Amino acid sequence: MCGTCGCGDGETRIEGDELHEHGHTHADGTTHHHPHDHAHDRGQAHDHGHAYMPAHSHAPGVPKRRMVQIEQDILAKNNAYAEENRKLFAERGIFALNLVSSPGSGKTSLLVKTIEALHGTARVAVIEGDQQTSQDAERIRATGAPAVQINTGKGCHLDAHMVGHALEKLELADDGLLMIENVGNLVCPAAFDLGEAHKVVILSVTEGEDKPIKYPDMFRAARLMLLNKCDLLPYLSFSVPRAIEYARRVNPGIEVIQMSSTTGEGMDAWLAWIARGAAEAKGQRIETVASLKRRIAELEQRLAQAAG
Amino acid sequence: MHEMSLAEGVLQLLEDAAGRENFRRVTTVWIEIGRLSGVEPEAMAFCFDAVTRGSIAEGARLEIISVPGTGHCLECGRDTELEAVYDSCSHCGAVPVQVTGGTEMRVKELEVD
Repeated sequence: MCGTCGCGDGETRIEGDELHEHGHTHADGTTHHHPHDHAHDRGQAHDHGHAYMPAHSHAPGVPKRRMVQIEQDILAKNNAYAEENRKLFAERGIFALNLVSSPGSGKTSLLVKTIEALHGTARVAVIEGDQQTSQDAERIRATGAPAVQINTGKGCHLDAHMVGHALEKLELADDGLLMIENVGNLVCPAAFDLGEAHKVVILSVTEGEDKPIKYPDMFRAARLMLLNKCDLLPYLSFSVPRAIEYARRVNPGIEVIQMSSTTGEGMDAWLAWIARGAAEAKGQRIETVASLKRRIAELEQRLAQAAG
Repeated sequence: MHEMSLAEGVLQLLEDAAGRENFRRVTTVWIEIGRLSGVEPEAMAFCFDAVTRGSIAEGARLEIISVPGTGHCLECGRDTELEAVYDSCSHCGAVPVQVTGGTEMRVKELEVD
């Protein structure tokens, strides 16, 4: 993870970002290598507790051993970063989707086709997550859409903090779309909120139809399941009704679209689903701006009255 | 293996608490892991040992409190235990059951020096 905020072990790389550095050397020459928090302005504002303090130097009145109540969610830090991202999306009317699947489900091809289909109607930006290489981001950029690659190194999922940094490097359009293609993995990304409006899980029909019950957490976290590569159904024994039944068993509210990014089947339904979400995000932004303007007008009126 | 990230999350909470509560070493950590959270307790313990090396929690004992999965049956209206999120109601056999507990991952309390 990046040295700016230090949530990991230095494996993550975000394209165009060579400034992240782990560990630092103190005046006495000792070099530390540890996670730490500090301001995102790349300033010197360090704020972290050092691991080693002199032993047995207890403050007077503090018992040697004691219990401390914490009662905090382990994902609290990630969730706080996710809320920051979500706030940014809300302020700018951006409809953000977190695309999750196993490797090889056709996520990137689907994204390319989606961006091409939306050309001229919506502005799409993409964050690509993979352990290694920037091949996917390059495929996206070939469509003309801005894309940033995050390489997670050994990491098996994107987290909200990495996405926050990638957002700094992306040209985001107000009222546009943000597609975050997560690392191909049906397990870990389920637990990490990135600030997205919805997770969209892609299941290709070349995989087992029982994936939803084998990897229930992911299908439970998703709002929409795209059944991809449906053009191959005639050659497979994949049962679409059974796959949908399994998905609804773990997530009764999940929506399903059968599609093929090769033939274009189901593309209209997918684009319509995106358009509904994007319209909602835009509507909320306009509503927020309108209510803020009303509030300013009210306050100005009160100020004028008080001054008068 | 997102247990590694979770273990890092635990360590961050410990470091934050150390500043707030003025302690220098953690000797025991109690965490609650729901059985429906998708977290493998053994992997969690392994990763905790790895990420706490050289930290305020080096060598700390990790006590994992396993929280059973519970759900509410939409069909018969009763509460039921769940081993998996897609389990059927133990009373009437209906699916789906609304999950009401067992997805948590929380740091509960610490013993500190």
